[in-house]
Amino acid sequence: MRADQQQTVCHQNVIELSNISFSYQQKPVLENVQFALRERDFVGLIGSNGAGKTTLLRIIVGLLKPDSGTVNLFGQPIGQFRDWNRIGYVPQKNAFNPLFPATVREVVMSGLYSRNKLFRRVTKADGIKCDEALHAMNIEDLAGKRIGQLSGGQQQRAFLARAMINNPALLILDEPTVGIDAETQQDFFHLIKHMHQHHNITFLMVSHDLDMIRSYLGEEPKGQSGKLKFYVKHSHEIEDCVETNLTHSLKDLRHSMEREKVGAGLGNHN
Amino acid sequence: MEIITSEFFQRALIGGVLIGITAPLMGLFLVLRRLAMIGDTLAHVSIAGVALGFLIGVYPIGVGLVFALAATFAIEKLRKAYKSYAELSIAIIMSGGVALASLLFSMGKGFNVSVSGYLFGSIYTLDDTDLLLIGIVTIIVLVAVFLHAKELFLLSFDEDAAAVSGLPTRYFNFLISILTALVISVSIKIVGALLVSALLTIPAACSLVIARSFKRSVITVVIIAELAVIGGLIIAGVWNLAPGGTIVLLLIAILLLLLSIRRKFSA
Repeated sequence: MRADQQQTVCHQNVIELSNISFSYQQKPVLENVQFALRERDFVGLIGSNGAGKTTLLRIIVGLLKPDSGTVNLFGQPIGQFRDWNRIGYVPQKNAFNPLFPATVREVVMSGLYSRNKLFRRVTKADGIKCDEALHAMNIEDLAGKRIGQLSGGQQQRAFLARAMINNPALLILDEPTVGIDAETQQDFFHLIKHMHQHHNITFLMVSHDLDMIRSYLGEEPKGQSGKLKFYVKHSHEIEDCVETNLTHSLKDLRHSMEREKVGAGLGNHN
Repeated sequence: MEIITSEFFQRALIGGVLIGITAPLMGLFLVLRRLAMIGDTLAHVSIAGVALGFLIGVYPIGVGLVFALAATFAIEKLRKAYKSYAELSIAIIMSGGVALASLLFSMGKGFNVSVSGYLFGSIYTLDDTDLLLIGIVTIIVLVAVFLHAKELFLLSFDEDAAAVSGLPTRYFNFLISILTALVISVSIKIVGALLVSALLTIPAACSLVIARSFKRSVITVVIIAELAVIGGLIIAGVWNLAPGGTIVLLLIAILLLLLSIRRKFSA
């Protein structure tokens, strides 16, 4: 979609954490966490309950300030970072009230309401972006439904569509498979993997599902910090960074997914 | 029936219609953010301000407004101190407000009559200053909500996502609190401090039953509030009932009706 994305060097750091420490009520949760996420990495952040996964995530997106250490996003210190629309964010499934009066369409559109959009009106082009995101996630038929009426897997897709509406360079997922049945989880993971391999997106996924992470990211963590483990997979061979056949538009996502599905004989679980 | 054409009734109607727009709008945001009780709290604190206003001879609604704003700050401060038990701060400030109000009542026994008007509403005594103030607050609320509709939606739906999008969430939380304080302090003369939270929360409760989208729920809350306010005022005027109580009971009747209709639909 954006020409400048294709020209950027492949292994720039998207997130850089140096010596992050954080305590909650005098209890240290994170101690000297050191990690860097490169462009087109898929990082699985694993840790038991209370290991500080969510805390670290909140620090990365600026919701919490670390006691010490620095966070850089896309090469900029977080305090100066303004390109929030380059980051897509998928919350935990239970982050909202099921009775909340909002249609799927309204939720997906809200992915556009960033700081840059303050005081600006929603345009027709925004509506088209929303249609594309809905289509890519195969939920266009559900656009008018209340978000709480959807099944767990459909809600996930709606939140993924919201995160993808800006064509983000970094996608952050916070335990996206909690409370969802195994089959739907598989489906979702398949979709995420596909996006990683065929789009220029860097992934950071918090999870406690070790099996799923290992099956894609390998058996051994690349980094460890306290009880947190970082599993990493780059989308292609490290030497081969001039790969050009990446799909950049949301439009192509579903198309290429469906081709793959026909090949693999996978059904659609919606 | 001639009461309806009388001047004090017309004033009541204008004031009621304006409050019928702003109160349920702010109430919707509060209910969606699970802060339904804040309305009650601010109203109780306002009453202390009203009492003080009578005591020192300053425009009571004005002093009530200052008290409501102060309570907003206090709630935010206490919320931070008790993080995971944020509702505690609401309970503390509410009882503090009632305590202060009763103290101020007892200090100036002579004005008990007019204060009870603020507890249960005295919409027929709205004067020009009251109407002007209600008008100004209505404009402020409408401008703010219209300007920030999409941000307020995202903030209510998913505050973390709003923060990750770089929205100044603290500013918006503050905006909601301030607007709520404004709306409540001008509403207490209309439905009364003890009943004002009904006008904030019951329309929102109705919209949760029937509205599918956020846009529709915004429209729904205003329509329901206006039905109750206009209908309640007319009923109260004709049969000589307490207007505030009539409006609130009408709201509850609408809610019950909607709940029973929905049950029929889903059955």
